[in-house]
Amino acid sequence: MSEIAFSAEAMEVVKKIIKRYPEGRQKSALLPVLHVAQAEFDGWLSPEVMDYVASILEIKPIEVYEVASFYTMYNLQPVGKCLLEVCQTGPCMLNGADDLVAYLENKLNIKVGETTTDGMFTLKTVECLGSCGTAPMLQCGADYHENLTNEKADALIEKLRTDNKRSRYC
Amino acid sequence: MGRKILLEHENVPGIETLEVYRKMGGYRAAEKAIKSMAPDDVTEEVKKAGLRGRGGAGFPAGMKWSFIDKKSDKPRYLVCNADESEPGTFKDRYLMEKIPHALVEGMIVSSYALGAKTSYIYIRGEYFYVLRILEKAIAEAYEAGLLGKNIFGTDYSLDLYVQIGGGAYICGEETALLESLEGKRGNPRMKPPFPAISGLYASPTVVNNVETIAAVPHIVNMSGDEYAKIGIERSTGTKLISASGHINKPGVYEIELGLPVEEFIYSDEYCGGIKDGRKLKAMIAGGSSVPILPAHLITKTANGDARLMTYESLSDGGFASGTMLGSGGFIIMDETACIVRHTWTLARFYHHESCGQCSPCREGTGWMEKVLHRIEHGHGTMKDIDLLVDISKKIEGNTICPLGDAAAWPVASAIRHFREEFEYHVLNPEKIKDPKHFEKEPFVSSVTQNA
Amino acid sequence: MAKVTIDGVEIEVPDGTTILNAARSAGGDIVPPAMCYYSKLEGSGGKCRTCLVKVTQGSTNDPRPMPKLVPSCRTNVMDGMVVENITSPQVLEARKGVVEFLLINHPLDCPICDQAGECDLQNLGFKHGAVNTRFEEERRTYEKIDIGDKIKLHMDRCILCYRCTFVADQVAEGGRCHGVINRGDHAEISTYIEKAIDSDFSGNMIDVCPVGALTDKTARFGSRVWFTKPMDAHRDCDHPKCSGKVVVWEKGDEILRVTGRKDQYNEVESFICNTCRFEKKKTSDWVIEGPRHIDRKSVVSLNHYEHLKDIKEDILKYQKQISENLNKG
Repeated sequence: MSEIAFSAEAMEVVKKIIKRYPEGRQKSALLPVLHVAQAEFDGWLSPEVMDYVASILEIKPIEVYEVASFYTMYNLQPVGKCLLEVCQTGPCMLNGADDLVAYLENKLNIKVGETTTDGMFTLKTVECLGSCGTAPMLQCGADYHENLTNEKADALIEKLRTDNKRSRYC
Repeated sequence: MGRKILLEHENVPGIETLEVYRKMGGYRAAEKAIKSMAPDDVTEEVKKAGLRGRGGAGFPAGMKWSFIDKKSDKPRYLVCNADESEPGTFKDRYLMEKIPHALVEGMIVSSYALGAKTSYIYIRGEYFYVLRILEKAIAEAYEAGLLGKNIFGTDYSLDLYVQIGGGAYICGEETALLESLEGKRGNPRMKPPFPAISGLYASPTVVNNVETIAAVPHIVNMSGDEYAKIGIERSTGTKLISASGHINKPGVYEIELGLPVEEFIYSDEYCGGIKDGRKLKAMIAGGSSVPILPAHLITKTANGDARLMTYESLSDGGFASGTMLGSGGFIIMDETACIVRHTWTLARFYHHESCGQCSPCREGTGWMEKVLHRIEHGHGTMKDIDLLVDISKKIEGNTICPLGDAAAWPVASAIRHFREEFEYHVLNPEKIKDPKHFEKEPFVSSVTQNA
Repeated sequence: MAKVTIDGVEIEVPDGTTILNAARSAGGDIVPPAMCYYSKLEGSGGKCRTCLVKVTQGSTNDPRPMPKLVPSCRTNVMDGMVVENITSPQVLEARKGVVEFLLINHPLDCPICDQAGECDLQNLGFKHGAVNTRFEEERRTYEKIDIGDKIKLHMDRCILCYRCTFVADQVAEGGRCHGVINRGDHAEISTYIEKAIDSDFSGNMIDVCPVGALTDKTARFGSRVWFTKPMDAHRDCDHPKCSGKVVVWEKGDEILRVTGRKDQYNEVESFICNTCRFEKKKTSDWVIEGPRHIDRKSVVSLNHYEHLKDIKEDILKYQKQISENLNKG
């Protein structure tokens, strides 16, 4: 396995992030830097990647594990190229989130929490994404896909397949 | 048309840019405050305005500011809470996305008032695209000399950064937010000490919601007294309401506090009435954590007075027959909605979002979710309904932070007002097998029948 | 100094004292139970909520009652404060709730748990809990794991007091490598990646653990604690930070287990090193001082003839009470 290291570009971003905080408070950069790391290293955080982040921020590895496992956006296991996160809380439920989940499960032939055999899609249900007025919806990378119908979902899946790019938050 | 302040220019093309924002009068307040007002005068205006925290708690913002420890020799911080995550609430996202400079200017004016030299906007991780919008606006402001060193040629300097979260509702609680901003798990801190004394990096800190901060420039422009004339009594000013659920026109609306709830639901200017002409069944007025109200208590209070969109009127009757304005997350349910199912999704939400630090919330939220899941899926007993009430009581008030209350109230209020529907689930497991069990045949309670 | 009244008992303590420590300074029934607070670990407390009390008067200057129950371990007394602990039905009800919450996912495997007999959760449940459980769901379970070659972690039993993480941060050397991962009711004590906790003082995590989540592998399943004889002992330990003052738990001539010396609130008097704890299991390793004082109400006092005189006095006292009661009819 090759040595884990940020690209020069990513390293620039990381350095800029660290500068936002007072001297000695570089741990504050942990959440944003983990996002950068996840985007850099195939959409998930392996223990090695987290150890690397710990070394950059000069903190103990356990401090990174504690944080990464607390927040839902950090994937501690590999995920498909496109992570589809369907909101299922109250208002989305009222407007058809259950149907959307069922439709996607059927279409992708996977259950929630699973990844398609080609490694293209992982389907996940999440709690409120702050898109209640445009329900049902899903998030893929940084993009919100709102007011979804089966047809719109079809088109989205098709587009993601054609683009064949890894979804990323940043 | 109601008066708009925050969203007055929401539809002006290019309002997200500095140029258009300034053309519409933007950054006048920042200039006025920094050039011609003492920091304490700004705080004084905010106090006079009666501006209350728009994140949910409704605590007077000016008073919160005046608690900041001025004797401390540590730097002071202003942190904006943009961790909007309360189900039913999406107003901050709308405001930041549409008019990012409204928040940037608010941060400048508020930071000046508090004497903060570095300020942070903590935004929920899922709003990454909004982060980009804010960063762009901040870069424009730096470029124009509105941020950075010697703003407007004065000796006031301010650095403003946006911090991205990682996906955790609990970080909307101000001390959890500060922990998160320090790169830690979002475990709320024990108070006291309050952030005003020991907040970010153990320094004096004020944490305010996006909408609260965005209102400050308008207060500076029009004066606190003028702002206080808008609205009713202690509910001054305007409020952004996120409307969702079974309504014709979901979206974010700015209302003058004092608008009748009935008008908000049925007027075409706002929600536009109930979807497909169906009957109104329930309302959650201020985000998922506030008590749900049944149809007969929505437009009128228990006394028969018109229910208004104000802090006071919505809470009229206490928890027995009232609710709260909260974050303004306004969720409407029509007769096809299943209260048990909806309450279960909320319980699942709070279970998912509990930080796990203190035992009543860690264990109680999961327990409530499991019991509600059973009832909704036809495996409940009558005893379970009372058990839920009892669990909610044992959580409420006994936790470190308000998440415990937020998890307890929806369950307790749903049973308070819709007990018959819970009982129906227990007694008729066959009839609720289809997840959309009330879609074809709405449930009619005796309360509805008599109302 | 501040005067505080707890359950009608007036106590004077230095400013800045917590309600819990004020109560402890007086002792007796007015002392709230504490599962997560540990006076020797900075930052501990506030989490378990078993020590919640009611403040009916904030202070002389501001007599308003506090709106909610407060954690007595993290709330400082004020002069003139009035506190209700066991005299408040609200407190007892809340505490009962907390005990229930702590137990719903607990395996209740006391019959096979080494901590049984000296377990804070057992004592808490006995005193404040209900007889029956109302929890019908499936309990949360975890695999048992070794954290280090001498310590076993039964996460099932953990109540997430965080004390062991504070020990790792504040007492053990070499930096913390375990912590709390995940969140909510999935939160667990873990090293995340399989990693041995390697520090001369790691064994103290076992002593501070209020339940049987962390147990001493060198003593596991050795004996029920009430069949062992706790003896105060010491040795000249060359570790500069180790007091060398311990309790050896004997069975016959054998030393089954070595722990720190615990006070009436189950807190160690001083921390000890792993050599003393894990390696010194021969009687000849120790200077035995005499029987450890054990509370007579504790099951550990079974067969523990520490203060025959006291027992005799107790018996006479009870006899007198009984005869008085009989006379009253």
